[in-house]
Amino acid sequence: MTTIAQIQFFPDQASKMAGQVDTLLVWLILLTGAVTFAIAAVMIFFLAKYRKRAAADRTPPKAENLAIEVTWSVIPFFIFLGLFGWGAKIYFNESIDPKNAMEVHVVGKQWMWKLEHLQGKREINELHVPLGQTVKLVMTSQDVIHCFFMPAFRIKEDVLPGRYTTQWFKATKAGTYSIFCAQYCGTNHALMTGQVIVMTPTDFAAWLKTGRETVSVAQRGEQLFHSLGCSGCHAAQAAVRAPLLEGIYGSQVPLADGRIVHADERYLRDCILIPNTQIVAGFDPVMPSFQGRISEDDLFAIITYLKSIGSSPPEANIPNR
Amino acid sequence: MTGWRSRKDEYEAARVRRNLMPLPVQNYAVVEKEEPPSYLQEHTLRSWLFTTDHKRIGLLYLFTIIVFFVIAAIAAAIMRLNLLTPRGDLIQAETYNKLFTTHGVLMVWFFLIPSIPSVLGNFLLPLMLGARDLAFPKLNLLSWYIFILGGAIALYALLVGGVDTGWTFYTPYSSTYSNSHVALMAAGVFINGFSSILTGLNFIVTTHKLRAPGMTWFRLRLFVWSMYATSLIFVLATPVLAMTLTLMALERIWHVGVFDPALGGDPLLFQHLFWFYSHPAVYIMILPGMGVVSELICAFAKKRVFGYTFVAFASMAIALLGFLVWGHHMFVSSQSVFTGMIFSFLSFAVAVPSAIKVFNWTATLYRGSISLDTPMLYAIGFIGLFTVGGMTGLFLATLGIDVHVHDTYFVIAHFHYIMVGGMVMAFMGGLHFWWPKISGRMYPEFLGKMTAIVTFIGFNLTFFPQFILGYLGMPRRYHAYPEQFQVYNVLSTAGASILGLGYLLPLCYLIWSCRYGKRAGNNPWGAKGFEWETTSPPPVHNFEQPPVQTEEVYNYPPPGHEAVAD
Repeated sequence: MTTIAQIQFFPDQASKMAGQVDTLLVWLILLTGAVTFAIAAVMIFFLAKYRKRAAADRTPPKAENLAIEVTWSVIPFFIFLGLFGWGAKIYFNESIDPKNAMEVHVVGKQWMWKLEHLQGKREINELHVPLGQTVKLVMTSQDVIHCFFMPAFRIKEDVLPGRYTTQWFKATKAGTYSIFCAQYCGTNHALMTGQVIVMTPTDFAAWLKTGRETVSVAQRGEQLFHSLGCSGCHAAQAAVRAPLLEGIYGSQVPLADGRIVHADERYLRDCILIPNTQIVAGFDPVMPSFQGRISEDDLFAIITYLKSIGSSPPEANIPNR
Repeated sequence: MTGWRSRKDEYEAARVRRNLMPLPVQNYAVVEKEEPPSYLQEHTLRSWLFTTDHKRIGLLYLFTIIVFFVIAAIAAAIMRLNLLTPRGDLIQAETYNKLFTTHGVLMVWFFLIPSIPSVLGNFLLPLMLGARDLAFPKLNLLSWYIFILGGAIALYALLVGGVDTGWTFYTPYSSTYSNSHVALMAAGVFINGFSSILTGLNFIVTTHKLRAPGMTWFRLRLFVWSMYATSLIFVLATPVLAMTLTLMALERIWHVGVFDPALGGDPLLFQHLFWFYSHPAVYIMILPGMGVVSELICAFAKKRVFGYTFVAFASMAIALLGFLVWGHHMFVSSQSVFTGMIFSFLSFAVAVPSAIKVFNWTATLYRGSISLDTPMLYAIGFIGLFTVGGMTGLFLATLGIDVHVHDTYFVIAHFHYIMVGGMVMAFMGGLHFWWPKISGRMYPEFLGKMTAIVTFIGFNLTFFPQFILGYLGMPRRYHAYPEQFQVYNVLSTAGASILGLGYLLPLCYLIWSCRYGKRAGNNPWGAKGFEWETTSPPPVHNFEQPPVQTEEVYNYPPPGHEAVAD
């Protein structure tokens, strides 16, 4: 049985961002509450004072009053402008790619969350993170649209098939918090839940070492890079001329159609799955598509590997003519 | 006599303008004549199914949407019962998913969208304009048949197994993964859309062409303004829904890659297209309610609305701005930050005209002569609940808050405050207000007032706890939930049973009143407007003598000079 003490009015607050969102919420409640009560009070006052049988001054007032109309249009507009700015600031801050973040890969599928730490540790429906460390989730879906929602951090982002989306948080309070799938995804949508477990950094380091020995995601990606035959072309001494991939991540890539694109996770992913849409300038469209031949986990691993080999300058990609 | 002559001449001029056949002279000459038969005179089934009388078609819609409302409400009741326990013991997840889809699809397309426009709009628009019927009476009947066809297909889809996608049909779940009758349900909604389009077209043409002599645009009733704005949305937005559902069905049936990335499509494209229709459609589900409330406030405060032009243009502003805010359904869908900001800003902008309306309604009460009959209680309830719904809409327009409450019960509570607290309260208020005109009988006033109060209490108990649930993080469309959410769910279910009573009572006493209710005079409320000048119920062609608008709209006499109500 639930007792009064157990009744929650506010969700757990486990990050600085959560505090900022709550502050904005409280101000919104105070502001809108005050206005709502003011309207109600005025209305009840009028209803009582001007009820049919009551004696009151009923000299008809002006039926139109431009000054009043403009006043009660412009004042709300400026209040709204302020609210817009405040909310947008939080949204903008949430969208900035964090520095020095610990990356975790998330794959959503009907109806579970598969997570993988860069060290190679895998989890299902649980996310262990260290306290005070910024964690960036790079997410994709194997089937339909899901949404990775962590109420304690006040964030969520849709998880889509065919592309990467990201979100980040920095836990400030140790504990166990809910993960929900917030985007309806089929029969067991309500069971697609999990837990974020925020641990002290030492506990986290110990946790990472538990379980069987694993290779890191980048190492696994390197193995895949060779076993899937990527290195047969994307190597300096290869017979087929293909762009060299050292330092590709984060660089500006000139394309054959004249565009210059920023090589982020989404670009690398598209190059592997639908290569003919983004041919690098000066190269032939000979890359085969890996659509349907590679799992989301392995794709992540290869991209992680590509991100890890940032030594050679990207100029190596410009062919000598 | 001169007054009567000029009125006759004015009518003659209007007759020529409207290209009507000359009327026989005796229509003018015989002033004292027995009353013409009311539109309800004929009782055969044929007289209903082949009618082109807008009043009868309005009633056909009323009966039909009540059927859909009852089915959708039963679905909601089962869901609320299921949510009494955290594990959702009553029904299985799959059944639950089909129930909320049924609830959403039927409530949105087969109850809310046609509620005020197709029932009250059909009945009242020609009466308010002083016309004999809508511009295209046969088209009007056709749109009811199309509605029936769409509804029949939707019901058939339910009977053969139902649909589990939610009313939003998000891809690729709907187009590739769902194992339910998605295409069939989409066909029902697709066909239903043509009914909306034809009704909208009919209303627009009627408003332009069939206004009584002397009825300039700024002498239009505010209900007519809101119907006009709603009709614009019907005509402009509904085709986009038709295209979207067609594309979804193409992908589902023939695997044409449009939305599923596995087929080379883009799942977000569906959301853009869907909300490009469905956000304006949200305004279809509130603008008519605002129109009704404007009428109720004026009639029961016995006063012209404060700031007529602002209230009228606010309807148009909402209709137009409503087309520019669809992206606020996609703040966490991975659309760009910049896009999010633009849609957030525009969503705040659309709140301004809504605020203007609330302020003007309140100001109308000032120095009025207010009676608190049932329709007025509903109108006041509307303003209260719509205000809460609107204010919480600001929370959702605020990006930082929306990221947290998106797709939670906060959203559910918000839009039910607008659609049920707003639109359904207005519909009930309007139904009570015009019931004497529709049926010729009065409903029992005491029961009416009690019901309005019960509905208000039940509604708040049902939906207010859901705001808290949403902020605590309970996602929508969950058939089971963690235990900490139970208290609020139990409160909500308790409220729903009270709310159910509030809807059941009018169904009983309105039917009762058709036979046993006190006879209503032509104008039981002492209200202004053409519909109150004709008999209750009105004759087949609405007016014995075509009315002429000779004064400003809502021209209530100053207090102390009221004409005696008949």
